[in-house]
Parts: sequence; C-alpha cells; structure tokens
Amino acid sequence: MDYFSILVVDDEVDFLETLVKRLQKRNIDTVGVTSGEKALETMVNKRFDVVILDIKMPGGMDGIETLREIKRHQPLAEVILLTGHGSVETSIEGMKMGAFDYLLKPIKLEDLMVKLGEAFEKKDLQEQKIRKARIKELIRFPGRVFQQEKEE
Amino acid sequence: MKERLYRSLQQKSIALTLVVSLAPLLILGATLYHQFENTCREKTREQISYRAQAQAEAIDLFLKERTAILNAMADTHTFQHMIDTQNLTRIFEVMNARAGAFVDLGIIDNTGTHRAYVGPYDLRGRNYIDQPWFNEVMIKGHYKSDVYMGFRQQPHFIIAVRRHENQQAWILRATIDPNRLEEIIRSARIGRTGDAYLVNRQGVFQTRSRFEGAVLSKANLDTRQFGGRITVIEMKDHTGEDCLYAGSWLNDNKWLLVINQQPLELLSRLFALRQMEMVIITLGVLGIVATTIFTTRLVINRLKRTDLEMIELNAQLVQSDKLAALGKMAAGVAHEINNPLAVILQKTGWMEDLLEEEDFQNCENLDEFQKSIAKIEEHVERARKVVHNMLGYARRMEPRQEDVDVNDTIQQTITLLENHARINNIDIQIDLADSIPIIASDQAQLQQVFLNLLNNAIDAIGSNGSIDVVSLREDDRIVVRIKDDGPGLSDEMIRKIFDPFYTTKEPGKGTGLGLWVSHSIMAKMGGNIHVKNNPDRGAIFTVEIPIVIPEKK
Repeated sequence: MDYFSILVVDDEVDFLETLVKRLQKRNIDTVGVTSGEKALETMVNKRFDVVILDIKMPGGMDGIETLREIKRHQPLAEVILLTGHGSVETSIEGMKMGAFDYLLKPIKLEDLMVKLGEAFEKKDLQEQKIRKARIKELIRFPGRVFQQEKEE
Repeated sequence: MKERLYRSLQQKSIALTLVVSLAPLLILGATLYHQFENTCREKTREQISYRAQAQAEAIDLFLKERTAILNAMADTHTFQHMIDTQNLTRIFEVMNARAGAFVDLGIIDNTGTHRAYVGPYDLRGRNYIDQPWFNEVMIKGHYKSDVYMGFRQQPHFIIAVRRHENQQAWILRATIDPNRLEEIIRSARIGRTGDAYLVNRQGVFQTRSRFEGAVLSKANLDTRQFGGRITVIEMKDHTGEDCLYAGSWLNDNKWLLVINQQPLELLSRLFALRQMEMVIITLGVLGIVATTIFTTRLVINRLKRTDLEMIELNAQLVQSDKLAALGKMAAGVAHEINNPLAVILQKTGWMEDLLEEEDFQNCENLDEFQKSIAKIEEHVERARKVVHNMLGYARRMEPRQEDVDVNDTIQQTITLLENHARINNIDIQIDLADSIPIIASDQAQLQQVFLNLLNNAIDAIGSNGSIDVVSLREDDRIVVRIKDDGPGLSDEMIRKIFDPFYTTKEPGKGTGLGLWVSHSIMAKMGGNIHVKNNPDRGAIFTVEIPIVIPEKK
C-alpha cells in the first residue's frame, strides 16, 4: 500500500499517537492531528485516501462538522467514524453525509485494517469510475471536460 | 398499618351512616311509642268520664220523672179520693202506663199510718211514725230512699212526696224497682272488664255489681275519693289490674254512679298496633344496618383495590423513571470508559508490535510479556463487552417500524431455544391467540426480549419443569405471558429485577443486563414489561406490546 495515506483525527493524544505509530510501523502513510481544525489545515496541502475521525471531540469542531468540511474539500476521501458511544442518530447522520462506516471504541487494529481495506477499495472503485466517465466524456464532448471536472 | 386505616375508615363510615339514618327512625319510634299511649290513655279517661256523666244524667232523669209523676198525682187528687182503693188502683195503673217501674203505691196520713195501698204486699195499716224517712218527708216535702230490704225482704227504694190539704198533711209514697236502675246502667258495662253500678255514700251497692257484689253488700270503694261532679281515678281493681274508675254523684249527691274499666283492654288494639310498629322499626333498623355494612364494605374494598392499583402504577412509574435515568447515565459512563479502553488496547497493541522486533526476540521474558499483554487484552475485551451491552441499550433508542407477527416471533424464538430446553428436560407449552394482528414494530428487538425472558425461565427452572407461553389481545395491546414453574422470586428480586447489573446467577454467568435491556426496549416501544409471582409456583413475566397498525404501502 505504497500510496495509501491516512489521516487520524482524535483529541485523545495517547490514543492518537499510538495508533499513528502502529499504522506507520505497517508502512502506511499516516498523519495524526488532535482537532478538526488541524485536520482541515493538513488536508489543504495533502491528499488522503482515508480519514479516521472521532465523532466526539469537546471544544472546537466536533466530528460531524469536520466531516462536512472534509467532504466539501475532498469528496473522494473516505471517512471512517470512530465513537466512544454508539449513538445511532449521530452515526446515521454521519453515514448520510457520506461517511464510509463507523466503528465503536475500543477497536482492535486488525478490525480497523479490514475496514481500511474496504474503504480503500471503495475509493479506488470510485476513482476508476470517475476516470472512465471522464475519458468517455473526453471522447464524446472534448470541449466540456474541463467544465465537468470543476463541477465535481 | 394500611389495613388498620381501612378498618378504622370502615368503622367510622358505618358508625356515621348508622347514626344519621337510625337516629330519626328511633326518635320517631320512641315518640310514637310514648305519645300514642299517652294520647290513648287520655282518650280512654275522657271516654269513661263522659260515659259516667251520661249514665248519671239518665238515672237522675229517671228519678226526676218518677218524682214529678208522684207530685202531679198528689197535687191533682184529694186525700179522700186517694184512700179509696179503687181510685188508687187506677192512679197506680196510669202511673205505670205513663212511666213504669212503680212496684206499689200507698197513702200515709199524718200519724204515719198506711191508709191505702196498691201493690203485691199487704202493707195497709202499718205505721211508719218511727221511720226516719217519715219525719224527713214531713219536714222537707219529698224523700228518696237508698235501696233497702224493709218489711218485704226485697231490695227496693221509695220515693215519697207530702201534700197539704186543709191543714192536714198526707204522704204519697211509691216503691221503685231497683232493677230498672241496673237496666239503665248495664249499657255502660263495656268489654270483658267494664263494670257500672251505684253505691250510696257509705259504699253500699245500690245496684248489682258485675264482679264485686250483690245489692246492699259493701263495695270495696271509698266514696270520699270521688269529689265534685265527675271524678276519674286510677287504682287496682279486684283482680289486681290497673283500672280506671269514673264516679259521678247524683240523686242529690246521695248516690254515686261508678263506671270502671281496665284501660289495657281498650288499649289492646293500640298495643297490637304498637307491636307492629316495633316490628317494622326493628326490620327497618336491621335493613339499614345490613345495607350500611354491605355498601360500606363494598366501597372500602373498591377503595382498597384502587389504592393497590395506584401503588402498583406508582411503582411501575418509579421503575420506569429509574431505568430511564440509569440508561442516560450508562451511555455517559460507557463513553468515559471506552476512551481509556481504546487507549489501553492501542498501547498493548503497540507493545505487541514492538515485541515482534528482533531486539526482543532473544529476551528471556518475551513469553511472559506476551502472555501478560494477552491477558490485558482479554480483560479489556471483557470490559468492552459489558460496556457494549450497556451501549446496546443506547443504540436501541429508535426501534424500527416493520410488519411484525408477534406469534411468529414467539415461535421463532422458541425454536432457537428448543434444544437447550430439551437437554434440561423442560417442556415449553404454547397457547397463542389467533386474534393477534400484524403490527408495526421491531421484530429483532421483540425477539431479544422474548429470548431474554425464555432464557431466564430456563435458568430459573434449571432442569425438569415446564414453561407456558401465552399470547392474547387485550384492548389496544398484545399481552404475552411467560410462566415458569421455577422457585419464584423474592420481594427484593421483584423490586430490583429490571435494574442494570442485578443478577442472581453465578459470577461470570450473567451480566445482569438482559432484563434491563428488555425493559428499556419495551418502554421505548410504548409497551411494558412486568413480573409477579405465580401464586402456585414460579414467576410470570408479562410483556405488553402496543398495537400499532402498519401503514398501507
């Protein structure tokens, strides 16, 4: 997974640091930040395949707000929500806003890896679909390609 | 304590009702009892007094009539004419034809010698100069005697009048049959005990008494008790009974007419009436007492039942409130615990990762480290499960709405447990009502509730027993009862059975969350779940599911 890059957002520093270290140890390009604001900052300069996002972060932006912003700036990035308590309402809201799935803390790394794999596959499929569509468009209506890309 | 309250309430209510309803009845009864008797006694006195007066007037009239006739005869005939026996006989016949009751008639001259006589006795020639009445009539001009025997040895009395003729006085004298007096009086003898008679001032009978003696015998009566014209007195008669005596003086106060009567006899109809009144009042009292006790008991029992229902309802409300609060708290606690658990799990994972590195592979305690880490992870997992069960509640906040056949759900759940039950030799009996409609509800959640209850029932029985599952429709709810024949529940268990972490199973066997979650599910659905002991044996769990008709698609 050479080009597999992950952003972890969680206000629990101990958790964040350890998870980042463990993913990096598995040769996954991982960045950890402790707030939604920092996550958005980081995403300005770097493209991530998957974002692991804690829903409940007291102070500053909470998970749902952050998710909304992420989806605005990088619609193709898949988001896995993490939560300490399984509020169905929040999770469903998150799913409606385009989150890939949600996981309940505490999580085993193995489970997370499976979920990451699934998320990556989905993203890959999505990208391929978009590429194909773009190529088709390019062949049929050469003049409109630029415009359509912008709309996405 | 409560029981005493009800009893005191019941007693007070009965007492008050009885006092209020019986008092007027009893007062009325007592008034009737006394007033009636007094009035009737008064009436009796009046009546007897009136009778005495009427009879006395009749006798007085009788005497006056006789006296008047004698006077008339004496005034209209001369002495010479009278002493002729033939003439006297004619006069005597006229007198008896006009008035009657004359026994004989005689003429006595101023020397006291009987000069002429008509009658059954031969009294001519007898001399009365020594008789006290002769002097009296000579002085006063008229005389009426008491009843006496005289020469003839027959009770009789006389009326004599004096006439002056040519400076000579003579006397016309007649004997009256006293039986005629009795005939007049007799009509005043009323009933079995009534009597009427005449006595003179000395208390000697002038007419025969019905009960107390013959003419001229002495009456057991003090005539001085009777003053004025009419007197009514009450005393014992010859039989010892209370008796009313009415006396009226007549014949220039020489004779006393006495009428006596036992008032009891006259009052007997009143007494019968009074007895009937008493019977009616007694029946009324009994009726009121019985009705009061009956209705009061009825009311108190209903009150008791309502109170009991209220208490039960309150207990259920308290239970629901408690569980709702616990649910909120549990969700909060779960979050606070899950975060540290997540950190611990990552840290141990990191340690495992590091132990994979070559530097540690030769460490002699590597095995111990790995074992310790595994143990930590195992216990984190255990804690996680507990928290997830609690979160299970929170996650089930919103039940889904799908078409659910409750009977079908019960069947499915029982199928899941059939093997488990059979192994423990537990028989599951099913009695499901046909009338149960398809409802909009959450089948998975209902199944979890049934599963929890059936599992608990099997655990409660242990082995060898039976479980009855009944479904039925009650108004707007479906009621499912799960009844086991296990040991039943203590009061404390019934109180706490739906609390989280309350379990009677061995440590590690149950989390104590099953019934709590079940209760929460049912509360969220708008239904209910409660438990009570079966009076025979075991416990009965009752699940109430609201009937929500699915929307047409």
